[in-house]
Amino acid sequence: MTSLITMDDLSNEDILSILDDAERLLPVARGEAFLPLLQGKLLGNLFFEPSTRTRMSFETAMKRLGGDVINLGDVSSSSVVKGETLYDTIRMVDGYVDIIAMRHPRQGAAQYASDSADVPILNGGDGAGHHPTQTMLDLFTIRQAHGTIEGLNVALIGDLRFGRTVHSLSHALVRFGCSLSLVSPESLGMPNEIIDDLKAHGADITISDELSSAIPNADVIYMTRIQKERFPDEDEYTRVAGVFTMEAADLAPAKGDMIVMHPLPRVDEIKPDVDTTKHARYFEQAFNGVVTRMALICKLLGITIPESLTTNAGGEA
Amino acid sequence: MSNEMSMRRVTAINNGTVIDHIPAGCAITVLKMLGIDGGRATPVTLAMNVPSAKMGHKDIVKIEDREVSQSDLDKLALVAPEASVAIIRAYSVAEKLQVNIGQEVTNVAACTYTNCVSHGPREPLPHRLIVHGLDPLQLRCHYCGREQEMGAIVDNLL
Repeated sequence: MTSLITMDDLSNEDILSILDDAERLLPVARGEAFLPLLQGKLLGNLFFEPSTRTRMSFETAMKRLGGDVINLGDVSSSSVVKGETLYDTIRMVDGYVDIIAMRHPRQGAAQYASDSADVPILNGGDGAGHHPTQTMLDLFTIRQAHGTIEGLNVALIGDLRFGRTVHSLSHALVRFGCSLSLVSPESLGMPNEIIDDLKAHGADITISDELSSAIPNADVIYMTRIQKERFPDEDEYTRVAGVFTMEAADLAPAKGDMIVMHPLPRVDEIKPDVDTTKHARYFEQAFNGVVTRMALICKLLGITIPESLTTNAGGEA
Repeated sequence: MSNEMSMRRVTAINNGTVIDHIPAGCAITVLKMLGIDGGRATPVTLAMNVPSAKMGHKDIVKIEDREVSQSDLDKLALVAPEASVAIIRAYSVAEKLQVNIGQEVTNVAACTYTNCVSHGPREPLPHRLIVHGLDPLQLRCHYCGREQEMGAIVDNLL
């Protein structure tokens, strides 16, 4: 693997090994151990559209491992507004850094960058395309809760058309034999080419527009925000905004160990009263972005993570 | 009906190109792809929905005084991947060409997904469409991975 553009760049063995690496890095992410594996390494954070968690967790991952980060900063103050091509921007940053994390509003931008650069590219989201580093933290969270990612019933709910997190996640889950329940308004259904790919993997898929039907059998409920910024017009967005809202009372028929996940930010898909239920996992999920991105950066830079770590208190982690 | 009889439906040409085994109903699209319109001075002959043992029905196009190029064949592959092409000189077949789509179509058409990165102004990397299936022809953009709308691709020729 030279870059991570879609989940197809990782085999199942790669995924499990990276999740194991991430597990060992938990004390480093919490600040309980210092492990300068990335000392002298520089990551270029190129975010051409807004981000809080992804950008900050890449930055945290680098710094916790002793590396450093340079940021593109606000696009409006960069050469992009002067008409610089993505190709030129990437070729230039390629010379400055050891690895690039990027997010771009246009689909395919990460592949384009990877074709333009010599250093590895980590796709932090390309339009309505893919978001594989999010998928890795999602899989980490699922495995943390259920002890496995194999053979689970997972309900993906909300904007499956423009939501890139569910595009990448669905590809990974079917490879581990999970059954998928796809719940969305008809106009926001999963794109055909993704459904075709999932079926080619022998996926067990049910498609519905009712949230309540997905709750009782689910091991994981993965809520997503309606991606307002990707709608061609405001009217179309208004017709589907707020169509799926989950509150604590809705979870009464859920299995005891079912977890509710969300890539965040949320708008009104999950009411605050769900936060205090035993099912809510979205804040832990956001934290897990740090360890999984640490593990991915090390993997792409060919840096081995030690089998055991020493904590700041002197003991073994 | 034999192939010879179906070919006789349209007039023989002296010099030019005969494109046979075009999927039925696609002859006009083929002409559009080759940039041939009503303003042309020399004859163009079309036969549509001709019975064909190989295809059920097919279209045939004969273009007087123009020999198609390799870049024409690359475009043709998008709508008529099974087409057979003959270059005619002095009423005889001088050369037979086969459309071969291969595994990738490069710099022939732009991705039909409007938010694909390849539509960025002045971006220098080639437009790349990967062949994902042959019957029917399915193409996906190398960059964005979107399946191409084959009905719209003729409008995206480069």
